[in-house]
Amino acid sequence: MLRRNLPGDESSTTRRNELTELYREHLALKKKQRWSVISVQLGILLLLFIFWEMAGRLKWIDVLLFSYPSKIFNHIVQEIISGELWGHLGVTVGETVVGFLLGTLLGTGLAILIWWSPYLSKVLDPYMVVFNSMPKVALGPLFIVVFGAGFTAIVVTTLSVIIIITTLVVYNSFSEVDANFVKVVRTFGGSRSQIFRKVIFPASFPAIISTLKVNVGLAWVGVIVGEFLVAQMGLGYLIIYGFQVFNFTLVMSSLFIIAVVATVMYQLVVFMERKLLSHK
Amino acid sequence: MVPVVELNDVAHVYITDREASLAVDRLQLTVSAGEFVSLVGPSGCGKTTILSIIAGLLTPSHGEVLVKGLKLEGPTPEVGYMLQQDYLFPWRTILNNALLGLELTGRITPESTAITSGLLEEMGLQGKENIYPHQLSGGMRQRVALVRTLATDPGLLLLDEPFSALDYQTKLQLEDLISRTLRERNKTAVLVTHDLSEAIAMSDRIILLGSNPGRIRRMFDVPRNIREVLPFHARDQEGFQDLFHEIWSAMEKTSDQE
Repeated sequence: MLRRNLPGDESSTTRRNELTELYREHLALKKKQRWSVISVQLGILLLLFIFWEMAGRLKWIDVLLFSYPSKIFNHIVQEIISGELWGHLGVTVGETVVGFLLGTLLGTGLAILIWWSPYLSKVLDPYMVVFNSMPKVALGPLFIVVFGAGFTAIVVTTLSVIIIITTLVVYNSFSEVDANFVKVVRTFGGSRSQIFRKVIFPASFPAIISTLKVNVGLAWVGVIVGEFLVAQMGLGYLIIYGFQVFNFTLVMSSLFIIAVVATVMYQLVVFMERKLLSHK
Repeated sequence: MVPVVELNDVAHVYITDREASLAVDRLQLTVSAGEFVSLVGPSGCGKTTILSIIAGLLTPSHGEVLVKGLKLEGPTPEVGYMLQQDYLFPWRTILNNALLGLELTGRITPESTAITSGLLEEMGLQGKENIYPHQLSGGMRQRVALVRTLATDPGLLLLDEPFSALDYQTKLQLEDLISRTLRERNKTAVLVTHDLSEAIAMSDRIILLGSNPGRIRRMFDVPRNIREVLPFHARDQEGFQDLFHEIWSAMEKTSDQE
């Protein structure tokens, strides 16, 4: 180009180049840090497994009680091939998903109900306090007597763990909505149901979504305890069974599978949360 | 002509677990069509209570409120209310925020939506319809709130210190905008404010309230030359300072009495 740059132009171009350079350096540094964290994380896991394997093979620990990784992985692979795993996994995941969804739904529903009627909220208050302070799994035997030893009792145990805490958290977020938002709707003559649909619910939606994350974990607690108590199928059952027959490879591999599946479920919820709240 | 608002011997008592307290008492007030009235007074004089009563959000303990000659039973589309802050819903787009009133009163049509869109454009918000409130400045948000209030086409607007949360420059701009908009559409307005010069610059009539309980102390008519220009220039008009000092000393006197 023949056009001559003015001195001002030139210096502003170099300035811009400097800025791009600084930004690029920042990105490179970030990337380096991320990789370093990931490799240390993997390293720790690997070291742990190697140490465990050695300890097992060299009989530093009682193999009968603690097993070791290669044994556990072998066991899992065999179960996958024989197809035995899928039945147990299906039952447990089914119970967890049903308990999780139903618990969240009922808990939110109950929160809506007591928001709707402050009178009902006052009446129910002591019951909620007692039930919330209670270790819910202690009610397990009662549920088995009422619902029979099986799927229903396990789901109900799960619900008892999830519902009240969901209700408390969601109701709390309902009451924390800025009263002035409600006032805006009221000035237009909005009804109570409009106040709920147009303000309270959308305003608390992020809080409701974040209870989902807590509830995934709680659902697993409910289901595994439920299975400890009554099941003839499921991962919780495998743990108890393995414990009773002193097959700790079975116990450990069940724990491993639970860890993997529970993490996957949690990540699904996190993914959903990001999708649903993307406009923020 | 029927006045737009009429308060007949209105009193209101707030009852809490601790006590019952008289917030406003023996209010007698008429606002005629197209008039712009300001309520000023010390804090605790029940300004917001009066607005809430006219908006139909509070039912007065005593007396009656007539809007266009009809006894007020609750919020009506005839009365629009603008709050101290915009309170736009963060999860709604600008257009959907502006349409809230129409939505709540079941009056969303392609025509009413187009009119609201046009209003947004008139307020300098063209191209902002599909973004979210947090992407706008405070002044712009308050303009969206104004459109939200105007969209349902109320005859009377209640303005509850709508400029108090804004910086000075934005506040002056918005005063002019609101003043012009209301005048063009021949709306009636009641403004509550702490700012005496704002009250004088914007209104036709100023009502001075005393506190504990809130009562009307005095009324001041704003001279024609101040009324006829926009608020920004009203401040330079002859007689502005005199009126300011007159209301100021009257206010001092009422607070001395209490």
